[in-house]
Amino acid sequence: MNSLDENRPNPDELLASLINEEEKNKRGKLKIFFGMCAGVGKTYTMLETAKAEKLKGSDIVIGYVETHNRKETIELTEGFELVPRKTYDYKNTSIQEMDLDTIIARKPQIVLVDELAHTNAPGSRHTKRYHDVQEILENGINVYTTLNVQHLESRSETVAQITGIIIHETLPDKIFENADEVELVDLTPDELLQRLSDGKVYTHERSREAIENFFRKGNITALREMALRIVADRVDKQLYDYMQHKHIRGPWKSGLHLLVAIDYRHQSLRLLRWAKNLSYSMGASIQAIYIETLHKLSLKEHEQLDKNFKLAEQLGIKIRIITDSDAVKAIVNFAEKENVTHIIVGKPRVRNILSMFLLGNFVNKLVRYSGNIDVYVLGSDRQAKDHFRKKISVPPFTSNITQYIITSLLVVIFSLLSYLIRDIIGYQVVSFGLLFLVSILALFYGTGPILLAAILSSLIWDYFFIPPQFTLYIQKPLDIMMLVMFFFIALLNGILTSRVRRQEKKIRVREERTNALYQLTRELTLASGLDEVTSITVKYIHKYFNLDCTIILKNDLNRLDQVNHDTNIRLSENELSIAAWVYKHSSKAGKHTDTLPSSNYTFYPLVGNSGNMGVIAVEQLNVFTQGEDLFWEAFLSQISGKYEREFLWNAAKKADILNESDKLYKILFNSISHELRIPVSTIIGASDTLLSQSYPDETRQKLYNEINIAAIRLNRLIENLLNMSRLESGLIKPRLDWCDVHDLANKIAESLQQELKPFKLSTIIPNDMPLVKIDFGFIEQALYNLVLNATQNSPAGSRIRLKIFYDNGSLVLEVMDRGIGLRESDLSSVFNKFYRGKDARAVGTGLGLSIVKGFTEAHKGTITAENRQNGGAKFTMKIPVEISDMKKYS
Amino acid sequence: MTDTDTILIIDDEVQIRRLLEITLTANGYKISDAASGKEGLVFAATIRPTLIILDLGLPDADGIDILKKLREWYLKPIIILSVRDSEEDIVKALDYGANDYLTKPFRTKELLARIRVAIRQSNGALNNPELSFGALTIDLANHIVRKNNEVIKLTTTEFSLLALLAKNAGRVLTHQFILKEVWGMGYVQQTQYLRVFVAQLRKKIEEDPAKPKLLNTESGIGYRFGS
Repeated sequence: MNSLDENRPNPDELLASLINEEEKNKRGKLKIFFGMCAGVGKTYTMLETAKAEKLKGSDIVIGYVETHNRKETIELTEGFELVPRKTYDYKNTSIQEMDLDTIIARKPQIVLVDELAHTNAPGSRHTKRYHDVQEILENGINVYTTLNVQHLESRSETVAQITGIIIHETLPDKIFENADEVELVDLTPDELLQRLSDGKVYTHERSREAIENFFRKGNITALREMALRIVADRVDKQLYDYMQHKHIRGPWKSGLHLLVAIDYRHQSLRLLRWAKNLSYSMGASIQAIYIETLHKLSLKEHEQLDKNFKLAEQLGIKIRIITDSDAVKAIVNFAEKENVTHIIVGKPRVRNILSMFLLGNFVNKLVRYSGNIDVYVLGSDRQAKDHFRKKISVPPFTSNITQYIITSLLVVIFSLLSYLIRDIIGYQVVSFGLLFLVSILALFYGTGPILLAAILSSLIWDYFFIPPQFTLYIQKPLDIMMLVMFFFIALLNGILTSRVRRQEKKIRVREERTNALYQLTRELTLASGLDEVTSITVKYIHKYFNLDCTIILKNDLNRLDQVNHDTNIRLSENELSIAAWVYKHSSKAGKHTDTLPSSNYTFYPLVGNSGNMGVIAVEQLNVFTQGEDLFWEAFLSQISGKYEREFLWNAAKKADILNESDKLYKILFNSISHELRIPVSTIIGASDTLLSQSYPDETRQKLYNEINIAAIRLNRLIENLLNMSRLESGLIKPRLDWCDVHDLANKIAESLQQELKPFKLSTIIPNDMPLVKIDFGFIEQALYNLVLNATQNSPAGSRIRLKIFYDNGSLVLEVMDRGIGLRESDLSSVFNKFYRGKDARAVGTGLGLSIVKGFTEAHKGTITAENRQNGGAKFTMKIPVEISDMKKYS
Repeated sequence: MTDTDTILIIDDEVQIRRLLEITLTANGYKISDAASGKEGLVFAATIRPTLIILDLGLPDADGIDILKKLREWYLKPIIILSVRDSEEDIVKALDYGANDYLTKPFRTKELLARIRVAIRQSNGALNNPELSFGALTIDLANHIVRKNNEVIKLTTTEFSLLALLAKNAGRVLTHQFILKEVWGMGYVQQTQYLRVFVAQLRKKIEEDPAKPKLLNTESGIGYRFGS
């Protein structure tokens, strides 16, 4: 890192610090009273601070304070409002816990919560008290709490080493690091021991034992140093944050970046803790890296890796996963890119000469390639070794009793048959037959039955076949050798085969899963609508996990609704509130989890990119295994993604509809006000003229005529609007009746008499035209508009053709003109509401043709527009009809 | 038409009443008007008009109900004048005894023609057994129809149809009414018979069957002969 970089605050970090700050403002503040061990007076100090705060007027309640019956402490709690504890019944005893919901509902400014690392009673919402505290903080309530150094996750091991006591209640470091304020409550070891012997710490019976086990001066001193150091480091870090935030250039404290390389071994846990401690004391940043190599992880290794990742997360160490066959190269590349100053690795396992060679290779290589980066190599821990001592893995004995019986029976039957023909084939050949049988059986049965078959067949061969017969005694050394070889080959064969089978099964399972995911993705892609997605989801989860599930989705009001009812899962009020919690916090809860584990179901959030889509609840009997877990997550992520797309699509559609109707509304207003105004102006103008003065008859006649034309035009517009609104409402249904299409043509010619005057109208109807069953009024309206449209768009004197015929189940009505025709671009949109052709001559609302379409569609018919070869437009209506031959009735 | 022909207008729209009053008075009728159904019923009973023009959309009652009440005792013509243009409403009004109908907006010329036809028919002007419409003459007594003085051969059904229409010339007859009168009760839904016979009849009596002048179609309602 060059000096320029060093002085300039990294923008990403800056942004992160701002975001953190903002987040912190909304949240309540967490103040931790931190001490080296019990008895230093943390609770006491907390209460005193609270009291001072209360005098200043703050609203403070006690959420949970453990007084340990100490007189001074009890006195201090007086005067504070006490939120009653909640009682949980567990295995015949009742345990009192903090009442989280009441505190949140009470919403004080500050709540006092003792012992942050406490583990809650079974049945509580969260397994740990710090989860409760997080929730309180999220609700904007400040929390005062107490914590001892030994409860910090990164220190628990060291504490265990110092004091010999294993700490079970631990707290993730990041909770501590993110605390807004930490106040150290300190006491010298002598003072503490004095207080202990004065009985101020525990009641007398318990204190002696406690002192002997824990409160040794050496222990206390070590713990004290640790506590002081942590707080000092924190102060440093705060200074660093502050300087960066305020752009103070200056000697960055360390500029040190640690990189800890972890793997799938137990050893990595220690590595992580150690590195974290180092980063504290060095004031260095820290991140972890895991290199995925070609090594195929066993189930145990997978589990361990998971634990390692979890610890890193708890310690607040970010993990990067990189896939590379060359671990050294990957680590060094990454370290260089990230300006890492120290690399921390664990000692590779030394198992044999080969790995010793490899070990040398790994560490040497790392040292050689890492250039000026420091490399720490940490020794492996003793207790971990047993975990991974490689043994010849014998497949588990999982076969059931019938398999044993079948294998034994088959061996006996085969032996019996061989016995009958032993003279022909000789006893040695029998062994091959038995060997063959055992190998075949191994294809179908597990290790146990095969072992049995191998023993049984060797005994039978020995007793019944190898001379001297009917004794286990064997004469020839060659036969002894044969028998021994027979036994081992049978056994080995069987075991190997069954191992291959297991491997195959694993691959098959993996293949099945990949396939299932593929199928799911495909079906989801094709699905449309939330209901379909839900039914696919339920189907697949049932099929591949054999789980009954129910899906709870957010609705428009951002509330949750259970959407599938084809399930046996009936969620109670309580369970619905778990679902709501899961939805809000994006983390799973219920059975097999840390939160509300007493529920019957496990709730998983459906997490999308833009927020949560809902929750899925399953009735899960067992915890998922590692493989299943990944599979399940992949499943959920597919499902959530699809739900998200559906929600987005719905939202987009809604916005679209709104937009569309808004647009239509505007067009309607514009075009109608125009269309209304013109004739109304004419009427007013003409009638005004007529009223004001007397004119010669000829002029008056002309004005009357204008008024008449304007009025007809108005009437037509009103007709169209009425028809449109009737069509839009969907209320009108065609009333079908027999119709002679000649009537139709006549009617049109009659009602458009005026308009058709300048044109030549030819009506073409075949002689054998049958009666058709239609709604006369509808078709008349439609045809009227089509012919009117033709008159409006054609030059005077041209011919308009109206052709009506029956063709293959449909009544076809064609209107053809010799006008200017339609633009190619208009052909598809000419029937849209308020659409007016670019070259349209006539004024109009653009309603006429859309009404034609409406009436045609009310008849389940179709309408098309096209241009004629020698100019002009052609409109074709096709209406499916019932017909009746006219000749029948005469 | 005599001076004593009084027309009662039952319509709640002032402007329409004014227009009708001006037009009808100018054509020699005496006018009386009512703005509600109730008033209309009272006036009809006291004035005993020659003809009633009734709007279907009245503020206090459904025009159809007023029509029914009027028809309990009032036997003279009633013409419906309404903005309701659905065929169903019109057919219903005709079925309940209205003589004719017109939808708003209407042509005053047309209204006057309907009024004349209705009054003439109610005066029993049909005593003449021979009717003539332009070139067409119909001898009802002898069942002879002539066009341009040439006898046209008609089947019995065709003649019954023509006679029914001609006797009610100028007035709209609904499909159901015609079917009932000519074919009988069992045929009221069999409009295909009517279509076929109307088409045949047109070919025989019209100058240009493609542009009928005598046998006019009233879309979705029925037929009107002549005028």
